[in-house]
Amino acid sequence: MTFTRKALCGVAALAMSTGAGFAEPVDDTLVLNEEQTLVTRTTAPAHLEGVLSEIISGWHFRGTETRAMQTDDFDNPGMIFVEQAEEVWNTADGTEGKSCASCHEGSETMAGVRPVYPKWNEAAGEVRTLEMQINDCRENQMGAEPWKYTGGDMVNMTALISSVSRGMPVNVAIDGPAQSTWEKGKELYYTRTGQLELSCSNCHEDNYGNMIRADHLSQGQINGFPVYRLKNTRLNSAHDRFKGCIRDTRAETYAPGSDAFVALELYVASRGNGLSVEGPSVRN
Amino acid sequence: MRRCLFAGAVYAVLTMGVSAGEVSPTEVKYEDGAIAQSLTGTSGDPAAGREIVGDKSLGNCVACHAVTDLADVPFHGEIGPMLDGAGDRWTEAELRGIIANAKIMFEDSMMPSFYKTEGFIRPGNAYTGEAADDSFGPLLTAQQIEDVVAYLVTLKE
Repeated sequence: MTFTRKALCGVAALAMSTGAGFAEPVDDTLVLNEEQTLVTRTTAPAHLEGVLSEIISGWHFRGTETRAMQTDDFDNPGMIFVEQAEEVWNTADGTEGKSCASCHEGSETMAGVRPVYPKWNEAAGEVRTLEMQINDCRENQMGAEPWKYTGGDMVNMTALISSVSRGMPVNVAIDGPAQSTWEKGKELYYTRTGQLELSCSNCHEDNYGNMIRADHLSQGQINGFPVYRLKNTRLNSAHDRFKGCIRDTRAETYAPGSDAFVALELYVASRGNGLSVEGPSVRN
Repeated sequence: MRRCLFAGAVYAVLTMGVSAGEVSPTEVKYEDGAIAQSLTGTSGDPAAGREIVGDKSLGNCVACHAVTDLADVPFHGEIGPMLDGAGDRWTEAELRGIIANAKIMFEDSMMPSFYKTEGFIRPGNAYTGEAADDSFGPLLTAQQIEDVVAYLVTLKE
């Protein structure tokens, strides 16, 4: 068996070297609007020691044209939704007659928010995603109806809030009161779910850079969320993507906004600590 | 997808005639990860196996494994070892065991277990994202496993 297994590895190595030549992450630099250089490859955060040495944005795993679309706000279809959210930002809603701007002034004041979410909320005693915080504002400050977790209004607003932090490094806290949630997310990341028994790590840690059928596997970083996907021509939230991935393991998925996905988001975000915020990014 | 699998299952039952001699997923006996006896009691059909290996809605083996013989099927993956020469490297019994449940021979293998019905975490109803229901069965039928085995033994260097 030792011999056959070794032979197997040899063949696998050969297949990789002679297989699809475009499988490595592309060596390229993401410059936004010809003025801002984003960090898309950097040293992995300390908690990934022994697991990954370098963290790489999903941008490097996409084709030339897709990468180019993200470099200019006029070419990035995700920015259309940012503009729509900008209007909503300034429009009063709810019983209090307030808009986001009533308390926060211009949307640019949100710079620095996206990089640190999900984040522990002391008053609520829980780790909150950006979506949860937005709905808290709507319900408790504006007296407005909460938005659907992955609905258009919500994902557009997260795109606006991300967009003003582009270029800032992801920096979610994983210690202190957030630690137990982070541990839960880590456990889920390594759990092999569904009839196909696949974990996040099977594809995005052990096989990034490899092709699975026609798909080029990335590290599954979420620094670019929400993501404008050419596949469905709209913005997609991280929880929507988690749901799709887990569904594709032939599993019963978790719901967007569930405790499980909040924990997973914190953990996956922490694997990208140091990469620039890119949302709204452009992907397949 | 479900219809294709179903059609495959019907096809398998029709071609087998009866499934009386079939070994169910929970009765399979592994020896060092290999399965000595045919799961159906008969030999598989290599032509049907070739179809299953390349078909996205059946085995979809090429999602992870490249196979020169299936060059007509686009987009072969590179997750697992190339299948060229599989018939030289493995015995029929080993191939049957690896396809049915590769994790018995290779504990941490990423490869899905194609003839297994128990022990899953949050098993779903195919690709719907919903929980599994009474229709839950193995990824491939016994006949389909045998067809794939029959095809893979023909892959010689």
